[in-house]
Amino acid sequence: MSIFEYNGSAIIAMAGKNCVAIASDLRFGVQLQTITCDSSKVFKVHDKLYLGIGGLQTDALTLFQKVKFRTNMYKLREEKDIKPSKFGELLANMLYERRFGPFFTSPVVAGLEADGKPYICGYDSIGCLEKAEDFLISGTSPESLFGVCESFWKPDMSSDELFECISQCLLAGVGRDALAGWGSVVHIITPDQVTSRTLKGRMD
Amino acid sequence: MDFYVGIKGKDFVMVCCDTSATHSIIRIKQDEDKIIPINDHNVFCLSGEAGDRVNFTEYVIANVKLYALRNGVNLTTKGIANYTRHELAVALRKAPYHCNLLLAGYDEKNGPSLYWLDYLASLTKVNVGGTGYGSYFTLSMFDKMWHPELTPEEAVVMLDKGIEEVKKRLVVAPPSFIIKIIDKDGVRVVKTV
Repeated sequence: MSIFEYNGSAIIAMAGKNCVAIASDLRFGVQLQTITCDSSKVFKVHDKLYLGIGGLQTDALTLFQKVKFRTNMYKLREEKDIKPSKFGELLANMLYERRFGPFFTSPVVAGLEADGKPYICGYDSIGCLEKAEDFLISGTSPESLFGVCESFWKPDMSSDELFECISQCLLAGVGRDALAGWGSVVHIITPDQVTSRTLKGRMD
Repeated sequence: MDFYVGIKGKDFVMVCCDTSATHSIIRIKQDEDKIIPINDHNVFCLSGEAGDRVNFTEYVIANVKLYALRNGVNLTTKGIANYTRHELAVALRKAPYHCNLLLAGYDEKNGPSLYWLDYLASLTKVNVGGTGYGSYFTLSMFDKMWHPELTPEEAVVMLDKGIEEVKKRLVVAPPSFIIKIIDKDGVRVVKTV
C-alpha cells in the first residue's frame, strides 16, 4: 500500500458563480482499520480561504501548522489576509522546499478573491501548482471522484446548487473507496459568509 | 504484542493495558505497569519498540513538568497531546521514535479527554481508542456499547467483556491486564485481571 493511501482521504473543491465549495470525507484510519469518523481534512486559513490536505495525516497536520505560521506572519507584516492566488504560490514554494524529502500530501486550495471571483488550485506532493476553473480533487480514489465531478459539474452554479452538486459528488465518489468516507463535511464560501455542513453517509 | 484500550466516559477516562514485558518469544515480566503517569491527571499508555517508548515518554514527561515549573500552571491534556505530536513529528524525519501512545487525561476546563497517537505523529481525539492485535477484537464492540453518559461501572463491564474476548480469540493473548481510571480525583487502579 502506498504511503499516500496509509490514512485515506477524499477532497473535492468546486467553483460556482461568485462562490466556491470545498468538501472532505471524515474517515481517519490506519491502512484498513478505521480509528475515528470525525476527522476533517479541510482547514481554515482565513474567512475567504480554505485548505484541504489529503494524504498522510501526520504530514497534513505538520503542513497546516507551517501554513498557519507563514500566513500569521504575512498578516502581521502586511496587515491584511493573504489573497488566495498569493497563498497558492506560497504553498507551492513551501512544498518544493522539501523536494528531496517531501510531505506525503496532496493539498487543494479553495478561496474567493477580493472581487468575489472563485480561486481553486491543487498540487502534487512536491508543489506542482495546477489551477482550474471547474473542480479539483485529491484522495485515495481519484478515478471515482473525477468521474462524478466531470458528470455533475456545470458552470455558474449558485451556492445552493453548488452545495447539492459537491455533496452528491463526494458521497458517490467515496462509495466504492474502502479508505475514505464515513460521512463528510462541506464548506460553502460566499462573499458574505461561510456555511459548513456535516453530511451523514454510509458508515462503511 | 502490546495491547491497550481507552474509553472516555461522562467525567472520567478508563484505560486498560496488558502487563507483560516480552522479549521475542519470552515473557520476562508479568506485572509490568505500562500506564505511565505524566502528572496527577494525565497518563500515557505505551506500545511499541522497547527502548523508544520508555525513552520518549520520559522525555515528554520531563518537558511537561518543566512547562509547569516555568509557567506556574499545568498543561492541559490537549496541550500535552499536541506537544507530544510535535516531538514525534520533528523526530520522524531524523530518528523516528517507534512507539504508539494513548494519552488519557482530565482537566477542570475541558473535562475528560482521550488522544490517540501514532509512531508517525498522527493525532486524533477519540471516545474509544486502542492499538495492538487485541484492539481488532474489542474496538467495534466498544463502539456499539459506548454512549456519551457512560458511568465508570459500565466502562468496567465493557473492559471486562473486551478482555474476555481477547483471551478467548487472540492466539498470542496476554494473560494479565491492569485497568486504571482518571477523573477529577486523579489516577487510580480500578483492578488487575
